[in-house]
Amino acid sequence: MNNIFVYCESEQGVVADVSLELCTKARKLANQLKCKLEAVVIGTRLKGVEKQLFPFGVDVVHIAEGDALEPYTTLPHTAILVKLFQEEKPQIALMGATVIGRDLGPRVSSALHSGLTADCTSLEIGDHEEKKSNTVYKNLLYQIRPAFGGNIIATIINPDCRPQMATVREGVMKKEVFSETHKGEVKNIDVSKYVTPQDLVVKVLERHTEKSKVNIKTSPIIVSGGYGVGSREGFQQLFELASVIGAEVGASRAAVDAGFADHDRQIGQTGVTVRPKLYIACGISGQVQHTAGMQESSMIISINNDPEAPINKIADYVILGDVSDVVAKMIKYYKKNSK
Amino acid sequence: MKGLKIIVLAKQVPDTRNVGKDAMKADGTVNRAALPAIFNPEDLNALEQALRVKDQIPGATVSILTMGPGRAAEIIREGLFRGADNGYLLTDRAFAGSDTLATSYALACAIKALGGADLIICGRQAIDGDTAQVGPQVAEKLGLPQITYAEEVLEVTTKSVKVRRRLDNGVETVEGALPMLITVNGSAAPCRPRNAYLLQKYKRAVTVTERQEASNDYIELYHDRPYLNIVEMGVKDIDARLEDLGLPGSPTKVKKIENVVFQTKEAKILGPSDANIEGLMIELLSNHTLG
Repeated sequence: MNNIFVYCESEQGVVADVSLELCTKARKLANQLKCKLEAVVIGTRLKGVEKQLFPFGVDVVHIAEGDALEPYTTLPHTAILVKLFQEEKPQIALMGATVIGRDLGPRVSSALHSGLTADCTSLEIGDHEEKKSNTVYKNLLYQIRPAFGGNIIATIINPDCRPQMATVREGVMKKEVFSETHKGEVKNIDVSKYVTPQDLVVKVLERHTEKSKVNIKTSPIIVSGGYGVGSREGFQQLFELASVIGAEVGASRAAVDAGFADHDRQIGQTGVTVRPKLYIACGISGQVQHTAGMQESSMIISINNDPEAPINKIADYVILGDVSDVVAKMIKYYKKNSK
Repeated sequence: MKGLKIIVLAKQVPDTRNVGKDAMKADGTVNRAALPAIFNPEDLNALEQALRVKDQIPGATVSILTMGPGRAAEIIREGLFRGADNGYLLTDRAFAGSDTLATSYALACAIKALGGADLIICGRQAIDGDTAQVGPQVAEKLGLPQITYAEEVLEVTTKSVKVRRRLDNGVETVEGALPMLITVNGSAAPCRPRNAYLLQKYKRAVTVTERQEASNDYIELYHDRPYLNIVEMGVKDIDARLEDLGLPGSPTKVKKIENVVFQTKEAKILGPSDANIEGLMIELLSNHTLG
């Protein structure tokens, strides 16, 4: 009772990275709250799935297996989570801010009348004092997220309703093994008791998935372009620099909206969050929506002809100049000196 | 054949995408007054999908339902100019401070008060909150199935709908029976522009409040042309429990708001000369940041 639950996404029995990242974070929260960490996996081919989860500090794995449960559709997963949460009364429930989590989370929160905060960038435990009623709430989940287009950071709490629910985007939390030898318990869910035929009204007819070709999230060096790059052709030069120095190419929302780069390269609040060791920002002004997704980079180089560009304030190096000129020189002098 | 009843949920939002220099005050806080109020972009994508269904199904009607202050009637007019049949403005002080759950409850009550719908279509999320919660929560409150992240309504009959939706790593096609709630992703087709004829037809469409505030020059117009009346609904019109609305009906509370202010740290400023760039590359190579 009153444990932390993580809804784990899985595909053909493989638990998604975002779910393991959440387990890592949830383990720390559970230690702080001195409660257990429980995971829920719903899908097919789940035999032995607990072995993927125990090393991340999961104490109990609830497994709901059935052919009708994968690919994901809203209602059966909702039915299982709602009933399970009613029985187990978790104090906190977390899921990925993925297409699945953002479809499922609100549905579950509505059914349970519990508060949900989307796309949290940080989760902490803390107290809250309600001055009007003179009530002190101990050990609430602080759900911290950017709002208003990233111009404010809000701390949201759910004083009275449980579970306190939050979604977190992939890559925001770090995935770290808690202990290779950690062992927990498996509880199998009798799906027929949770899911009714009416829950299966939406059918997936066809599905095309592709492994994302771009993996900016794990790249140690990112060459990223903004609206200031000027064109899709301008981005070609960034690709050239990236291939020379062994980097991936990222982009700001403005550059993606303008059609200079594809959406899967977008970095920032509405794209992916990255923390490479080197981030080269080319022609990026640095609106907070963008910097929210890259400000934890170990080193930031900003190439911009505007000395007042906001990104310069978080940069380690600012090269004042024209992007194409500076990038050409970087390519030239990298080649010259790297041999 | 019975006409299909479609309700589009739309929201008027501050245009947070174009936060320019003047939108931030000297103290680093957002100057909301400097941001124009617009039709939430993905709600326009939703309107387009609704209008396409209307184009296909004879007798189908598209109504816009929005919750907000009086001036949110602007987006209902915008919807009428683009092809919606009518609009409802849900406005009441009791809604103030609503989080997504309380908002969803109010919208669901309003939809029930309007006699329900065969299809409810809304944008995936609004740009001022980016939560993507209201659509699924309205569906849950009404006991309807949902299809989120829709890119295109591929087929529709009076009984079922087939939709292509976006996934994190691809697309899928799903099918389900009506009634259904669909949330539309920004990658869907953009909304058709205003229609010149509809612009003329609806330019004087107003709510009762707006009519009272304006001059009485056209008062007889609203008798002769009932379609110019944008219906205003309040708590008394939607049979809602007061304790589930507004701040009291919101499980989430805002504990703290911090304005994002850039932290200044010392940056090394370099000019674009060859010597500078070469020096930097040598430095990055020697400390193994590169290579």
